[in-house]
Amino acid sequence: MNPFGTFVQLVVDGLAQGSIYGALALAIVLVNQATGLVNFAQGSMAVLGSYIGMTIGNLFIPGVGAILGIIIGILVAVIASLAIGGIVERFVMRRFERAEEDTKVVATIGLLTLITGLVGLIWGFNPTPYPFFFGGSESLRIGDVSISVWSIVTFTTIIALMIVLQILFRGTKLGLGMRAVADNAPSAALSGIRVGGMRMAGWGLAAALGTVAAILLASKSQLTPNNFDGILVYALAAVVIGGLDSPLGAVIAALGITILESLAAAYIPWIGHDLKVVVPFVLVFAVLIIRPQGLFGRRTVVRV
Amino acid sequence: MPQPEGDLLELKDVTAFYGPVQVLEGVSINVPDGGAVGILGANGAGKTTTLRAISGTVRAGGTIRYEGRSIRGFRPERVASLGIAHVPEGRGTLGNLTVRENLMVGAYMRKDRRQVQTDIDFLLELFPNLKARIRSNASALSGGEQQMLAVSRAFMAAPKLLVLDEPSLGLAPSTARTVYDAIARLRKESGISMLVVEQNANLAFSVVDSVTVLETGRSVLTGTTAELRGNDEIRKAYLGG
Repeated sequence: MNPFGTFVQLVVDGLAQGSIYGALALAIVLVNQATGLVNFAQGSMAVLGSYIGMTIGNLFIPGVGAILGIIIGILVAVIASLAIGGIVERFVMRRFERAEEDTKVVATIGLLTLITGLVGLIWGFNPTPYPFFFGGSESLRIGDVSISVWSIVTFTTIIALMIVLQILFRGTKLGLGMRAVADNAPSAALSGIRVGGMRMAGWGLAAALGTVAAILLASKSQLTPNNFDGILVYALAAVVIGGLDSPLGAVIAALGITILESLAAAYIPWIGHDLKVVVPFVLVFAVLIIRPQGLFGRRTVVRV
Repeated sequence: MPQPEGDLLELKDVTAFYGPVQVLEGVSINVPDGGAVGILGANGAGKTTTLRAISGTVRAGGTIRYEGRSIRGFRPERVASLGIAHVPEGRGTLGNLTVRENLMVGAYMRKDRRQVQTDIDFLLELFPNLKARIRSNASALSGGEQQMLAVSRAFMAAPKLLVLDEPSLGLAPSTARTVYDAIARLRKESGISMLVVEQNANLAFSVVDSVTVLETGRSVLTGTTAELRGNDEIRKAYLGG
């Protein structure tokens, strides 16, 4: 393969893998926009949704065929996640409504442990293959570069979801209500906005979004209870770099991190595959020092 | 005095606690439909708490009636949906949202889109400063502009009753004057009823018809602005001698 072909291949692979990080980052941005929190349990909730979808989907496959069964599974996963997100907000997070921000974040870390354990208890910790429409290994060849069908589906799905979210936040009443609640909940209530409802909607939508990412990831590799633990790290890095309030920024940062990481591994010998995980953190440091609100975030000015 | 049955808002012997501390011991205020009432009092007299009891942001006892029915214990969203718009102490500006978005949040419960735009145009004409900064984040506004935005946002709900918590707080005297002139014009042009907490009686008197004075969580005196201007104690305490 010629050097340029290798370069393009690295970028293309990075785009697909980065889409997964980007999707989880989007979910984190969504919760943050609706509640002002960072949800560390975002990944484990997504995995839970995927398992539920897979289990129900597999029940249908003998009766309705593989493709329809998979679609039913995905729909069930998304709906179940909407409900799980809403329920977690209503019955867990709402109890911490008056608590410090740090306490709430610790509560989400508790949820992460709890949900991962629960999933392991029900479905076991062994990897389970997740069915995919296209057979994950099929790919297109353009010159020297091969692009898997999975990559194309993943990338397109995530970009579409990002656009939908950007429109939700900046162009819809629901998005405006969520941002108002995140900004100042008591004040938003004085304008008649139902604070609890907005938070439930934010958590539910974020969980559904995370589940779509988890299904895409699982259909390439496999489903395990800790599928998203490592990915959460990248997603958080993307959110910090892109800006907590910018869906566009989070996705661009996720793609950028992944591409830079694989390029660094391939072209800088002393980094290689062993040290490449350091790349996102170096970027996070740099961004926090130079532009703490993130590359695409809006700066908050506090006037006293 | 107007008939109590005809009052838009009626507070009778309202009490409230913060934890074990009783802040309101018996506040009674009537706001007639179309009227504007001021609440005067020193720091800690319970002015802010009285407003919070109305909007449901603090738990209260006693009678709180709005349009003839009790709203005591209603959640803030519900109180707002009945047509009471509360500009809280500290303005409650949504700093990460633009000026325009803040106004749209104010109009959140409304369905009449065209009238919403008309109201925005009206407010921007009333507050030219806001017009110039319509796309700025609210956190970038000056204190006076934020107060204007807070009043405008409340007005965007098309309320029957506007509840203002010390609009002059933290503002330079000339800015406070500007804000009050605008509030007076808002009242004149919309006929909206108002309940205004203020420490500066001169400012309050430029908008309201009558005033209730609170002392340590109790209403101690009620009268029209003309009556209270003639009252020596009021003059000494709130009108600068």
